[in-house]
Amino acid sequence: MLRIRKTPIALFAAIIIVFPWIARLIPAIKNYPDLLIFAGIYCLITIGLSLLMGFSGQISLGHAAFFGIGAYISGVLTVRYGFNPWVCMLIGAGFAAVVAVLVGLPSLKLRGHYLAMATLAFGIIVFIIFNEEVELTGGPDGMSGIPGLSLFGFAFDSMERYYYLVWFFVFTSFIFTVNVIQSRSGRALRAIHSSQEASMAMGVDVSRYKIGVFVYSAVIASLAGSLYAHYMNFINPSTFDVFFSIKLLIMISLGGMHDIWGAVIGSFLVTFLSFEWLHYFEEAEIIVYGVILLLVTIFMPNGLIGLPRIVLGWFRR
Amino acid sequence: MEKITLASQLLQYLITGVTIGSIYAMVAIGFNIIYNVTEIINLAQGEFVMLGGLVMVFFHAGAGIPILPAFPLTVVVVTLVGILLNLLAIRPIQKPSVLTLIIATIGASIVIKGTAMMIWGKDPYDLTPFSGRNPICFLGAVVQPQYFWVGGFLLVVVVLLTLFFEKTIVGKAMSACADNPTAASLVGINVKKMILLSFSLSAAIGAVAGIVLTPIALMDYNRGAMLAVKGFGAVVLGGLGSFPGAILGGLVLGTIESFGAGLLHSGYKDAFALIVLLAGLFLRPSGLLGSVEITKIKKF
Repeated sequence: MLRIRKTPIALFAAIIIVFPWIARLIPAIKNYPDLLIFAGIYCLITIGLSLLMGFSGQISLGHAAFFGIGAYISGVLTVRYGFNPWVCMLIGAGFAAVVAVLVGLPSLKLRGHYLAMATLAFGIIVFIIFNEEVELTGGPDGMSGIPGLSLFGFAFDSMERYYYLVWFFVFTSFIFTVNVIQSRSGRALRAIHSSQEASMAMGVDVSRYKIGVFVYSAVIASLAGSLYAHYMNFINPSTFDVFFSIKLLIMISLGGMHDIWGAVIGSFLVTFLSFEWLHYFEEAEIIVYGVILLLVTIFMPNGLIGLPRIVLGWFRR
Repeated sequence: MEKITLASQLLQYLITGVTIGSIYAMVAIGFNIIYNVTEIINLAQGEFVMLGGLVMVFFHAGAGIPILPAFPLTVVVVTLVGILLNLLAIRPIQKPSVLTLIIATIGASIVIKGTAMMIWGKDPYDLTPFSGRNPICFLGAVVQPQYFWVGGFLLVVVVLLTLFFEKTIVGKAMSACADNPTAASLVGINVKKMILLSFSLSAAIGAVAGIVLTPIALMDYNRGAMLAVKGFGAVVLGGLGSFPGAILGGLVLGTIESFGAGLLHSGYKDAFALIVLLAGLFLRPSGLLGSVEITKIKKF
């Protein structure tokens, strides 16, 4: 777990790069690059969350709020005040960081349940604000007309261009996160996860690391939100409700929370579940998600990424 | 004249607040019963309340069963759901940790919520109040007769629980598990049974809260989560694990919410209780009546 090999990352990057060309040739998967944009946006959030949950053992039920903060700051500042989208993205990330410190500082000193409930309450409050501040956010009807992104005159105006932009962000944060995991900080985080007291006794500044991870995960969730807003050109509060926070939890649990690849696998699966495979269930999809969450918790506590090890174990016996 | 209207309005907020606060207190008591025995925060606690209301609607308004038999019947059905939750979602977990237990109760709560949506749809349901809709005027404030039922049932729940924990052998065994599960199992208490009992008790109390709440505030499948979070707010305010704290926390939270919605901004009605929850966590995580030492010792 400590060593994360570079070959799979390179292979994964190569597949992502050539995928739109392949998808163009096969009509059945023609719209998959569009889905992969969403998968990429979810990946960004879950990579940060997996660091928080899997490595520092904390749980957040309010990351939809950070995602929403990024999206709404980008939306409101570009539409109402005509800011440059890239500047908005940075402002959103900075704001998310400040909010994360405010929410995390007191509750991360406590353990387990408290951060879960504090972030849950925080997520609902932010959701209510999105709905109630109608003059700024457009309220429940949402806001439209959010401009697309462009850089030095190059507009990311087609699906494929945006696809590469999103995945550029994903790989950057992926590689950054992998470096964090393999560094001294990563070892400290894992130590905190296995025993808070022991790591404290060894001189690890527990609250500083926990807050650092929480802020990092909030910042990339906010970036993901900005990317979402500029791609959809429209946002409304229901995208950022508590159920989305739970969906993020499902992605991480399903993929496996102790491995950064788990976050990637989970994001892909849940994207395809919600956009492609669960159409037949319509509104009953929530039951399917609940059952998935329960089954994974009971039978696969390490997620899909832990499955090969379980299967190998059967053969060795 | 002006002054009297304001005073009666404030009284109105207080009465409404205490009533809704009694509901939060019942949810908080449910949280505490399970927490004390298992150290689990059961995020599906609010779904019990939702089910209590909707199952009662089914028996009373749907099947035409009179209130008196429908009430206990509803409590039994919801209690069974609580038992199933424990047997199917909590007990099979091989390596329980705070993280996995929270995730399991979330999974269970969305399964319950989704099933309720399939059965009852998305529309809210009304229930006839137990003693009519003729409001009583008291110093200019309007009191629905149902308010007395809510307060009364909180009282009944508290008295019965006190008797249970202090006078019966099973109740004492449960308190022993709360104190120290390992020691309790050494003196021959079946801890697994006690955990099962704690889930059934919590579910039953949640059902009662839902039954008495529905005539005032309607009920739909989506209400559980918010009730759970607010009930947890009451728990935090009163101190995790403390029963008097749960009641005090519930009443205070309900009152703050009612005044906040009435005087400040009704759109932010739900936010007030949550802001109080956050403030409570940040300023005094041990709660009004909880002890600081216990907060530090407990495993979470």
